[in-house]
Amino acid sequence: MAIQTEDPRVIEFDVRTDEMLVNMGPQHPSTHGVLRLLLRTDGEVVHECTPHIGYLHRCAEKIGENLAGPQWIPYTDRMDYLAGMNMNLGMSLAYEKLLGMELPEKAVTLRVIIAELGRIASHLVGMGAYGLDLGSFSPFLYAFREREIILDLFEEACGARLTYSYLTIGGATHDLPGMIEIPPGLAALTGHKPETRMTWTDATLLFLEHLEKRVAEYHTLLTRNSIFIKRTAGIGVMPAEMAISYGCSGPVLRGSGVDFDLRRDGEPIYTRMYEGYNYKIPVPPFEEAPPEVVVGDNWCRFYVRMIELVESIGLVRQALAKYPSTEGAYRVPFKMSTKLPKDECYLETECPRGQMGFYLVGNGQAEPLRARAKSSCFCNLSVTGPLCQGVLLADIPAIVGSLDIVMGEIDR
Amino acid sequence: MTVSEIHARLLDRFGSDVVLTLNTEAIDHWIEVAAGRMADVAAFLKQDEALQFDNLTDLSAVDYLEPDPKKQKKFEHEPHVEVVYHLYSFPLKHRCTIKVKLPRWKDDQEGSLPEVPSVAHVWAIADWHEREAFDLMGIRFLGHPNLLRILCPDDWVGHALRKDYEFPLEYHGIRGM
Repeated sequence: MAIQTEDPRVIEFDVRTDEMLVNMGPQHPSTHGVLRLLLRTDGEVVHECTPHIGYLHRCAEKIGENLAGPQWIPYTDRMDYLAGMNMNLGMSLAYEKLLGMELPEKAVTLRVIIAELGRIASHLVGMGAYGLDLGSFSPFLYAFREREIILDLFEEACGARLTYSYLTIGGATHDLPGMIEIPPGLAALTGHKPETRMTWTDATLLFLEHLEKRVAEYHTLLTRNSIFIKRTAGIGVMPAEMAISYGCSGPVLRGSGVDFDLRRDGEPIYTRMYEGYNYKIPVPPFEEAPPEVVVGDNWCRFYVRMIELVESIGLVRQALAKYPSTEGAYRVPFKMSTKLPKDECYLETECPRGQMGFYLVGNGQAEPLRARAKSSCFCNLSVTGPLCQGVLLADIPAIVGSLDIVMGEIDR
Repeated sequence: MTVSEIHARLLDRFGSDVVLTLNTEAIDHWIEVAAGRMADVAAFLKQDEALQFDNLTDLSAVDYLEPDPKKQKKFEHEPHVEVVYHLYSFPLKHRCTIKVKLPRWKDDQEGSLPEVPSVAHVWAIADWHEREAFDLMGIRFLGHPNLLRILCPDDWVGHALRKDYEFPLEYHGIRGM
């Protein structure tokens, strides 16, 4: 008996669904922390997406008003806990701008090395976790394997693996280490004996050489994977005007085709750190992109991060080559009791996730009257509402994941 | 454009009743604007050909109050709150800081929040920044589409970044320190 096909209009009537409210989070694994998305869905289509935040609010700004600068640095670590070094740097630079401090060349070069290594570590997590959001588990493990080595190198430099408090007002707490035992992860990957001793610089260079080769593999695993392209290309398209109006920054802004990076376009106190270095700022459209890709979609945001990772490898190499011949000390002394002038300043730096701003109001005391931390992820997340209108439910993790948010920074 | 030139242009358009002082002694030069006309000034800042401030990089609020009576003599400011707008222009690559000064409480009645027009229709990001300023500093943004608390729970009492804020001893049966 032939199967009788029904009138399509009847079928459509049969599967018509009521609107439903879906709570995604705050404990959903693909929401990158305690983010709650309230979705109004009609079947598989999302009509409205409202982010609810604040589950990780720890009053970091209020605490900052009661502490001297160096005491507040550990709290900045815990804002963006995947890029603690870059947060330390942003906050230290804001204090230095307020106090009018000049740093020796050596301290500045050290900061470039550390900040760019931090950027690599952060983008590795961003890449791995994005694969995880889209159902590909293995890139996550590979990314964490490489990140582990950076954490080991950071541990040799400052003793901590996640919350460093290494870069501080006036430079860094310690100089870069000399001879170290090779990090276990690096020994396993390169075939060295576990007790091999080498300088910290050599270990870092060895790691970078190894990482550079691996990037091609990540591209095979994700960037040029046809399932990955189908999940990301042409989805979550954000035009440049929207990105600017919503205050997006970092890879999210550049993914929409806006050529802007504070390392080049920021304020002089920050840009002079990167003077004389040779690096590119990736901005779509990319020649090597698959044909389905549209400027401003998930794929572009992801790819910008991947290219930045490679550029950061180059930056670390250049800074490491320069470091031994730099002049001055790795820090200028800074007293905890230093009184802040009765003045105020705002400074933004390019963190891996975007422009992190610190606004300080001094009042003649060691503690600032106001210590404001403007979060880049806060602005990047605010765009999810308009970006997720009319998309499929399964694309929500793909879009939110492509923004690469860290809730610790949003809620502060 | 320098901040002084921006100030001159604003003064030209709005007059000295709206565009108040210019401070060029601070590290980041700033312009003070009358609270009631902030929305008009914001729209002009974004649309004017010579200004084109398309990016609101930060919106925050500061509470100028010294709660400790012993330190009050050294404190030079009159008690007030300020809303601070940090602006950047992508096409013209210049920065500017705009400030609005408000009384700590509207009509000096403790508990009634000071008011300033919302700029959320000019820069979309102001929506969330204003919600945060309302939540933590207690400033009411008139004309805001959805002025609810953003970081604290909806039933939270008080505004945590006010200098005279008292930490609650209990919240829904959860005891504090």
